[in-house]
Amino acid sequence: MALGVSKKEKIDGLAETAGVSLAASAWKRLKRSPVFLIGATIIGIFVVLSILSPWLAPQDPSVPMLIDQVVKARNEIPPPQPGHLLGGDLQGRDFFSRLLVGSQQTLIVGVGATIIGLTGGLILGTLAGALGGWVDSVVMRIVDVMLSLPSLLLAFSIAAMFARPSQFTVILAVSIVQIPVFARLLRGSMLAQRHSDHVLAATALGVKKGAIVFRHMLPNSLSPVIVQSTLVLATAIIEAAALSFLGLGNPDDRLPEWGQMLGDVQNVFDTHPHLAAWPAICIIIVALGFTLMGETLREALDPKNRR
Amino acid sequence: MALLEVRDLSVVFQRKGEAPFHAVDGVSFDVEPGQTVGLVGESGCGKSVTSLAIMGLLPKRGAKVTGSVTYDGTDLLKLSDKQMRDKRGSELGMVFQDPLSSLNPVVPIGLQVTEVLERHRGLARKEAMIEAKDLLDKVGIPDPNRRLKEYPHQLSGGMRQRALIAIALACRPKLLIADEPTTALDVTIQAQILSLMKELVQDLGTALVMITHDLGVVAGLCDEVNVLYGGKVVEKAMRHRLFAEPRHPYTHGLLASIPRLDAPRGEKLTPIKGSVADNIPWTSACAFAPRCPNALDVCRSVTPAEEDQLGRLLRCHNPVVPGTPAAEEVPV
Repeated sequence: MALGVSKKEKIDGLAETAGVSLAASAWKRLKRSPVFLIGATIIGIFVVLSILSPWLAPQDPSVPMLIDQVVKARNEIPPPQPGHLLGGDLQGRDFFSRLLVGSQQTLIVGVGATIIGLTGGLILGTLAGALGGWVDSVVMRIVDVMLSLPSLLLAFSIAAMFARPSQFTVILAVSIVQIPVFARLLRGSMLAQRHSDHVLAATALGVKKGAIVFRHMLPNSLSPVIVQSTLVLATAIIEAAALSFLGLGNPDDRLPEWGQMLGDVQNVFDTHPHLAAWPAICIIIVALGFTLMGETLREALDPKNRR
Repeated sequence: MALLEVRDLSVVFQRKGEAPFHAVDGVSFDVEPGQTVGLVGESGCGKSVTSLAIMGLLPKRGAKVTGSVTYDGTDLLKLSDKQMRDKRGSELGMVFQDPLSSLNPVVPIGLQVTEVLERHRGLARKEAMIEAKDLLDKVGIPDPNRRLKEYPHQLSGGMRQRALIAIALACRPKLLIADEPTTALDVTIQAQILSLMKELVQDLGTALVMITHDLGVVAGLCDEVNVLYGGKVVEKAMRHRLFAEPRHPYTHGLLASIPRLDAPRGEKLTPIKGSVADNIPWTSACAFAPRCPNALDVCRSVTPAEEDQLGRLLRCHNPVVPGTPAAEEVPV
């Protein structure tokens, strides 16, 4: 009797796992993926650090407290010392604190640029893919023009249009560059969906056009866009760094961004390589983290992979 | 007046710089409520295009549809897009060939059933879910509550097709078009699906248009059969008469090519020679003539007209004499 009951419970349990939602089953598979765990750990640490950095930083990143140790003529900067783990930067500010606070600015720029770029790309791509015809042609020609310019050059030009560069102009410049990539990607997979059997089947059921686009076409087209957005997070951070490096970034360096820190030290790179190495390593690790997470996320979210 | 009257339906595909292609060429048939009409023929004979034309699902550009499709007194071909959208799913249902690709892979089955109910019957999500459960139950899906939450890939092939049928029948359409509903399924599952459709058609009094290349399906399900070749109906008869006494050489060949369990071991199958030509010359000949064992000279110079022979429509200059044995008809 007891055996029978436990068997029934087992079957009920099986039935439950069979009916779980997409997100729950994706999460279950992600938990088992070491690659995802590595990526997620990197991003987790990065996000926590960036949020807590104002409190975690041992020193105020904007106060030149070691300025007396900076000797410009002899190209001397403050070495590591008690209280200043990595020494100071060119203006005698605590380098470790600046590195920590830099994570926050980097995160804001990367996420902000990706969200704006993604939104723009989704709107344009949906318009082109869903409506087709002349709308498609017009949108795609605009996208072609944007893609024909090298992305960094385009970002520079957009950033340079603003008389007073700020964090926002950096985000805007980087995000506009990402729009055509998202738009083209989404439009391509929407077009493939338009001629798919299940869209025809939905049409044969009299489903309205809006529902066909947003329930049947768009969700099936998003997978490559999700991957692209995590990759774009990485490139957005790198491109923002490039803008800052070339002096088109936020001129206010009290709250530094890693790219800006790289740019500031380009003259002393041969004598003090660590000043460039640390921010560069940080950028690489974070970009890698987003890429690892994005790849595994795509695999997990693809319902065709659910077994 | 029949529920669905298809008169002289033609579909011509036109592309710039290419000769127009007549996919369907003057097809006419009637379907009464509760009746099952079969459209039979090999790949490329215009079966599916006929069904898409009836449903108004052919692309606006490039496909020219002429003739009339009268459903319940209204010509479907003359309706606006919006009017047609309201009819589809509520009054005209359609079941497709491949159940996996015809279901949205990222939406649970339940939502795909309720979508139609919400759209056409204005039900709220909750009521629709209860209705959906009943529907899945009715088409023989076990444990419907669990299946409602599942995604198409989690269902077996037979269950997917049952789910598609449930969706197509959700709003009790008066006309159901099934485009090769059993082609992608196992033979055992085919039988289940067919008996399910037969049952539903009888219970609900639905008119069914069955499109198939499988004469077994026709034998089990259809009341009247239209045999299509090259976009034209070449023979139309009640099922029993057609099977007992095929007159058109094409129908005869189709029946002869069915493998038989009682045939002697090692006997070769009997195919129809050749294959459908790309653009079929019905204009000044019988399109089947190049493959026809009965072909005469007149077959290659004059298009055969449709003749009414005692309740059977036939388009042939030299029909098969009743009683001709199948095996000798087309030597391999």
